[in-house]
Amino acid sequence: MTAVGTSVRRKDGIGKATGRAQYADDLHFPGMLYGRTVRTTIPSGRVSGIRLDFDPAGFTICDHRDIPGRNIVSLIVEDQPCLVERDVRHVAEPVLLLAHESRDALLAATVVIDYEPSTPVFDPTASPQTLKELLIEKGNLEKGFATADVIVEGVYRTGHQEHVYIETNGVVAVPENDGIAVYGSIQCPFYVDRALRVMLGGGRSVRVVQTETGGGFGGKEEYPSMLACHAALLALKAQRPVKIIYDRVEDMLATTKRHPSIIRHRTGVTKDGRITAMDVDVVIDGGAYVTLSPVVLSRGGIHAAGPYRCANTRIRGRAMFTNTPPNGAFRGFGAPQTQFAMEVHMQRIAEALQIDPVKLRERNALRPGDFTATGQKLRDDCSAIQVLKEAVKRSGYRRKAKKYAGTNHGIGVALFFHGSGFTGSGELKLGSRAAVECTEHGVRLLVSSTEIGQGTRTMHAQIVADAMGIPYEQVEVAPVDTSIVPDSGPTVASRTCMVVGKILERASHELKAQMNGLAPAEYFRAHGPLRVEKEHIPPQWLTWDEERYRGDAYATYAWACDVAEVELDRDTYEVRPLRITAVQDIGKAIHPALATGQVEGGTAQGVGFALIEQVVMKGGAMANAQLTNYTIPTTLDTPAMDVVLLENPFPEGPFGAKGLGELPIDGPAPAIVNAIRSLGVDVREVPATPEVVLLAAQDSRASVERHVDILTYGAATAARA
Amino acid sequence: MNITLNGAPANVDAHPMKRLLDVLREECGLTGTKEGCGEGECGACTVLLDEQPVCACLIPWGQVEGRSITTIEGLGDAHPLQQAFMDEVGAQCGICTPGMVLTALSLGPNPSLDRIKTGLAGNLCRCTGYEAIYRAIQSVHGRERA
Repeated sequence: MTAVGTSVRRKDGIGKATGRAQYADDLHFPGMLYGRTVRTTIPSGRVSGIRLDFDPAGFTICDHRDIPGRNIVSLIVEDQPCLVERDVRHVAEPVLLLAHESRDALLAATVVIDYEPSTPVFDPTASPQTLKELLIEKGNLEKGFATADVIVEGVYRTGHQEHVYIETNGVVAVPENDGIAVYGSIQCPFYVDRALRVMLGGGRSVRVVQTETGGGFGGKEEYPSMLACHAALLALKAQRPVKIIYDRVEDMLATTKRHPSIIRHRTGVTKDGRITAMDVDVVIDGGAYVTLSPVVLSRGGIHAAGPYRCANTRIRGRAMFTNTPPNGAFRGFGAPQTQFAMEVHMQRIAEALQIDPVKLRERNALRPGDFTATGQKLRDDCSAIQVLKEAVKRSGYRRKAKKYAGTNHGIGVALFFHGSGFTGSGELKLGSRAAVECTEHGVRLLVSSTEIGQGTRTMHAQIVADAMGIPYEQVEVAPVDTSIVPDSGPTVASRTCMVVGKILERASHELKAQMNGLAPAEYFRAHGPLRVEKEHIPPQWLTWDEERYRGDAYATYAWACDVAEVELDRDTYEVRPLRITAVQDIGKAIHPALATGQVEGGTAQGVGFALIEQVVMKGGAMANAQLTNYTIPTTLDTPAMDVVLLENPFPEGPFGAKGLGELPIDGPAPAIVNAIRSLGVDVREVPATPEVVLLAAQDSRASVERHVDILTYGAATAARA
Repeated sequence: MNITLNGAPANVDAHPMKRLLDVLREECGLTGTKEGCGEGECGACTVLLDEQPVCACLIPWGQVEGRSITTIEGLGDAHPLQQAFMDEVGAQCGICTPGMVLTALSLGPNPSLDRIKTGLAGNLCRCTGYEAIYRAIQSVHGRERA
């Protein structure tokens, strides 16, 4: 029996179902101390003094002077300090680290920080400091607009979104062999490994071990490097293990969020709905340090024209510095923001032309042979039309659109795509490696790609099993420990199946060939260990001009169409999502149940992004940093879902697989907002909270009845009547 | 203080205001009970107190004297609900799973989908969108009869 394409049991199922799986907070080491981070309380200025208002006996205390190497958190640009020296750029910046064997004593310790505040910037559009700019240009915009019959313009906004992995960030640092081992809830162990080496300045051994990880969604991509550096500093100074687990408030206040965006569209269309020119301007709020914002802007920009063909396109993007905690990686990585804007704008174009929104999309959707905004010629693995047609049919869109007319039920569609793997030449630069080896029981696979819930271990083991021609049960997955596994790159960018899975497939084929017909365990008994390690090879045809943003932005794309059905309460302006039909082409479902779980989970996160997840920023800090008033969808807020997986293979993916992890979060927000729009309410932003929908409903009404003053109670009543 | 822990009598000493969650994890070594928010919103720390689901982060130790507590460890590893969560991929990252399984257990046999949704409304999952959890719980009935 082959493993690929069947829903085999998860490798980690039993540990999770029994509670035996060990997460960071479940680890205990003899002599272990607890660590705490003292943070800034102002968004901008300088630290002028630090006073310890407690008896320091029994405490280990670190500030920036204890850093043996460089005081930076190593990532793209080396601007973010591990601990504040003097300048403060955001609230909740780490200044001082404390450790003590008693958590009560630790929490009772008071530290007073004096500041010289300066004026902060919170509005990215008013920020004087550009973090990164990009320009994607194709054809001639002027000519494109000149041939248009109608020009539609609009501004669309998306808010912050908090990851709310149910396990907060946490690590334990343990001194060992003149160096340090860090165990933790981590997406990208080699990022942490590198950051530790830079901060420690060499001369010490470094080892990073991923513990079972209670969700990531991008939120444990970059921040664990900071946290690991803090725990390592304390542990090395105390020469004892140090555990730092953030509580929910600290996790929400201090760690990254999805970048808020303001996106302006200007589009030329002919009367029959053919797009002749697209001018898109994207602004994202990067927060106080560079972190991953340039790459988020890049992915956002490349996806900003949506899955549509247009000969004359200009996409301008800017990431701006502000005095809030840095925004960072979150499932989708810029694409949910820009495709929200594109898809709501498409709805508005359909409204302006008074044509069917499905027909408008059909007319403009990318087909094999068409060119994307970066000039990438699409191959046969492009399936925009297929997912659109299947979603419309499966959901009964046309029948329901008629049935819902004049009721409080609305229906909306969103067509979207998502590039698989790192952008452009990113995968070539990464040079990811993965290995397989014979053991006495079968085969062990070695990668640094982490299991964070999505099923990495299981899916990789399936690929290896079938490539080797051995039972799935004989494939073992090595623990993710940077002293053992090769660097298969970060667990991000929908690359773990398509890119790392492919390296494993190639390594497995070679291992099998080298075993001369023996089974792995037989080979091991006869000849001892045998290991094959391979490096990623991008498709030969892939070309990318990083300066001009031209060429093959991604080796392939996954394609999807969501149809959302909602009910609007015209008294409270609450929108209840009833049903989402999600048709998604992922090339090949290696494990259909896991793949379906990715789509369902990503869709639910998209529903939260669309309707209820609102980060309230006050004075540069999250004012609702707790689960009581930052809510994610519960069972009762999550709509029924109908997931359909299509399999139009990517010939260079393992068994035809494309990237999947991020795709499902790009669609729900625009599909839901378009469903609200079908009720005649002009919403153009998310989260579409009752307040937003109320104002939009009054505005929509006001645009028809020009004398209505939307801010008076009487007008609100009139608008409802 | 005497309690019944996972079906067996136990005597555990801890400060009466210590959270039940911390006593279970630290004094009893039962780390299957997880902390997600510390304020009773996420349900990751759900245990059964006299067979009713409660958030262990909200219960002071002093309140549980003489009562019966069931944690995920009390189910062993072959309970039909655990098997169903494995088969239906009701666990992704797994951090909410112990609480989900215990809450599901409190719903009794063969609950309707509405009852499942209402019963699990206090248990947050960020990975699954809940659909696979519904499938797991609904599959138990058939599994037990088979």
